[in-house]
Parts: sequence; structure tokens; C-alpha cells
Amino acid sequence: MVRIGVLGLQGAIREHIHAIEASGAEGMVIKRKEQLEEVDGLILPGGESTTMRRLIDKYDFFDALISFGKQGKPIFGTCAGLILLANNIHGQEQAHLSLMDITVERNAFGRQRESFEASLSVEGVGEDFEAVFIRAPYIVEVGPETEILASYQGKIVAARQGHYMCSAFHPELTEDYRLTAYFTDMVKEYQK
Amino acid sequence: MSKVGTDRVKRGMAEMQKGGVIMDVVNAEQAKIAEEAGAVAVMALERVPSDIRAAGGVARMADPTIVEEVMNAVSIPVMAKARIGHIVEARVLESMGVDYIDESEVLTPADEVYHLNKKEYTVPFVCGCRNLGEAARRIGEGSSMLRTKGEPGTGNIVEAVRHIREVNAQVRKLVNMSEDEVMTYAKDLGAPYEVLLDIKDRGRLPVVNFAAGGVATPADAALMMQLGADGVFVGSGIFKSDNPANFARSIVEATTHYEDYDLIAKVSKGIGTAMKGLEISTIAPEERMQDRGW
Repeated sequence: MVRIGVLGLQGAIREHIHAIEASGAEGMVIKRKEQLEEVDGLILPGGESTTMRRLIDKYDFFDALISFGKQGKPIFGTCAGLILLANNIHGQEQAHLSLMDITVERNAFGRQRESFEASLSVEGVGEDFEAVFIRAPYIVEVGPETEILASYQGKIVAARQGHYMCSAFHPELTEDYRLTAYFTDMVKEYQK
Repeated sequence: MSKVGTDRVKRGMAEMQKGGVIMDVVNAEQAKIAEEAGAVAVMALERVPSDIRAAGGVARMADPTIVEEVMNAVSIPVMAKARIGHIVEARVLESMGVDYIDESEVLTPADEVYHLNKKEYTVPFVCGCRNLGEAARRIGEGSSMLRTKGEPGTGNIVEAVRHIREVNAQVRKLVNMSEDEVMTYAKDLGAPYEVLLDIKDRGRLPVVNFAAGGVATPADAALMMQLGADGVFVGSGIFKSDNPANFARSIVEATTHYEDYDLIAKVSKGIGTAMKGLEISTIAPEERMQDRGW
């Protein structure tokens, strides 16, 4: 069985572990960088990206996360996790991990009052995917290597680039585990 | 077709705050210090609880100028407080685009019988509780997040401990009881039966529950996490300490790594003096904020 970690600094950690287990993999909360060696893939959960970045720096996770990705181990970023993966953040000089060739806009759909849920078609996953958007970002543009997995009202909300994947919405907040299962399959594929 | 203001969207927002610290701030400068320290959200208000206590009189919703100033200063979510039962203060904060409203006993209640019907709003609410009865009533009214009350503005953790222990002990009791016993437990607690059944099914509260009211040090914050809080609100504890930036950073770290005692020792070293605390028995009963709310 593959083992998938969830970066456990802050945010919706328990829900991701639950979704991983429902997808037939083993979940593990990662609080220390050394624990990264024990997992085959990693989810960067939703939470507050500013807070997470501070804690990533504080606990010296920054280089460890980049090297985890460069070793060819799959990473899936949801919401704040998507922002962490992007190599370009609109209106900010500095990006974070810069592992995916995407430009993102933070809080792009508005404040909490404008947060919403919608039904999406996700490439390779299926139709009628219930997507929950919370103060969500969206992807303004993707590089040539990046495949668009889902769009909502013309905005890119999920993408994949090789063994990296991201969504602006929260697959862990519903009981529709298809996207996490898709990532689990990706982890299995890259483990070979 | 998109839907706004659903339970999933409102409760989900609080899920994203888990493991984090929400800090009271009274201006843009404090909000920036909080964000820089790693707060997951800030609570914009006119005075922190200990100053409200000292000032006396009627405490109301903050001047919208302050709320707006804070909203413009940071990119993390901004919460603000409305008086218990004050429909218009809540609607005003919602119209301003505040991310979360705290229907708070820290302010002087506007209604001594009814809380807000929080289901009717697009914006989510957080409410205080001291026990499962209060928690379930607030959930029944549509609260998307809870916080145990503690005794705000005291820098004394004892009430916060009492309340988180009480809520969690009652949740455990409910989860383990036979379904035959739930209706009578609902009657005893004054709690909505359906909410209790839902908690029993899930084995936990259906919404995130933070701790509040008395957190003054990194160790206090870690204690609340160990007692089962999903995160921590710090009111007066940060900006009434003698080095707010240090206290803010250290409290965030102690909350993240609440079981790492070496680290808590390290972040507690030389951070300066915590806010001056208040012994609960010296507070006149009518000035106890935790007794507000019904």
C-alpha cells in the first residue's frame, strides 16, 4: 500500500487523511521534515498560505519539500497548497516552492461571503465533481507543460504538471473522494 | 450553478483555520504584526477585552473604519464582533465583507433572550460556549464555528480550561451513551435533539471548536490544544504583553507544536512579561462575560 503524507503545520489535515484512507492508501501527518522520507507522495492542505509559509521556513521545510518534488515524488496542493506550488503569484514579488509552472491570483473569487460550491467536470476524474471554494485562488495562466484539469466560469481551478497537481477547491471537504483517488493512482504510478 | 453561504462553505472556512491562532487587533499596525507572526486570522475590534473590562459601560461593534482599515491591511481573513442578538450590527459587518462574525459575549448583549438566527446569513458565525448545551444551541441556530468562552480579558486560563474540559467530557459522554438516553440528555442540557444525534453519529462536534478567554502565554495555548481545542483565540494576551511581536510568534509556534516541550521551552525564553492576570474571584458576578448568552 502506498503511504501519502499531509503537511501537518496548519489547516484541514484530518479531512485529507480521511480522504486518503478512503482512497485505499495510508495517510500520515507530517510535522517534521525527516518524516518526508517515510512517504511516497504528499498533500499540501488548505489553510492560510501566509501562515503555512512562515511555519515552513521556521521548521526548515522549504528545501526538504523542493527536494521531495525533485526526487519525482508526487505532490498535490489544494487551495493554500496550490499557492505554495506556484512559480508566480500575481501581485507578489516572491513565489513559494515554485514547483509548478502556473501563475495564481490569491483570494481571486472574493472574500468569504463570495465563497461557494459548484459542480465541475474534472479531466481524468469525471463529471459532477462537487467542488467547495473557500476564499479560493485561481490559476491565471499555465506553462506549456501544464495540463488544465478543470475550469469554472473560464478560470482554471485544477491543473497537473507531471507528478505535480493542484486544485483551487477543497476535495477533502466532501465525501466525493475521486480526486484524492486520482492522486493516489498518480503516487502508485510514480512509485514504479 | 454555484451556491454561496452553504453549511459546507461556512464550516469549511473554519476548517482551514485549524491548528492556528486568531488574534485580537485594534488597528492596521497590530493586524500586520499578527499576520507577520503567522496568525491565521485577526479579530478587528475597538478595544481588546481587558480594556473593555477596564473601561466599563456598554461595549458595541467596532467603528466600521477600524474594521475596514484592518481588512485593507492584511490578506488573512478578518473577523469582527457583533453584540449577541444585534441583527443590524451583524448585517452591517456582513455587508462590509467581513469573513467571519463573532456573536460575542465580550460585547454587551443587545438581546437578553434570543441569539441571532445565523442560518439566514451568507457570512459564517463563531459563538462562545461553556458546555455542550450552549454549543448545541449555537449549532442549532446556525453557528459554523465554536469557541469555548473562558473569561475574556483576564489572562487567567482557569475558565478556558474548565470550559474545554466540560464540552469535551460531555461530547464523550454523548458519543458513548445509548441512543435511548439521548432525548433525556437533550432535555437536561437544553440542547436540540437533532444536533446531539448528529454529534453522536460523527463522534465529535460537527464544527471546529477553538479555545478562548484567558490565553496569555505559549504554554497556555499549547495546553488548550492538548485539551482538544482545534485552535486558539488570543485576545488581550498579545497586545497587552510587553513585546507583542515576540508573544505572537511564540504563541503560534507553541500552538503548532503543542506536544513538543523542548520547543515550547525554547520559544518561551526571554519573550518578555505576559499581560497582568486577574483572579476570577475578584471579578463581580455581573462583570463576568462568560455568563452572557443563553
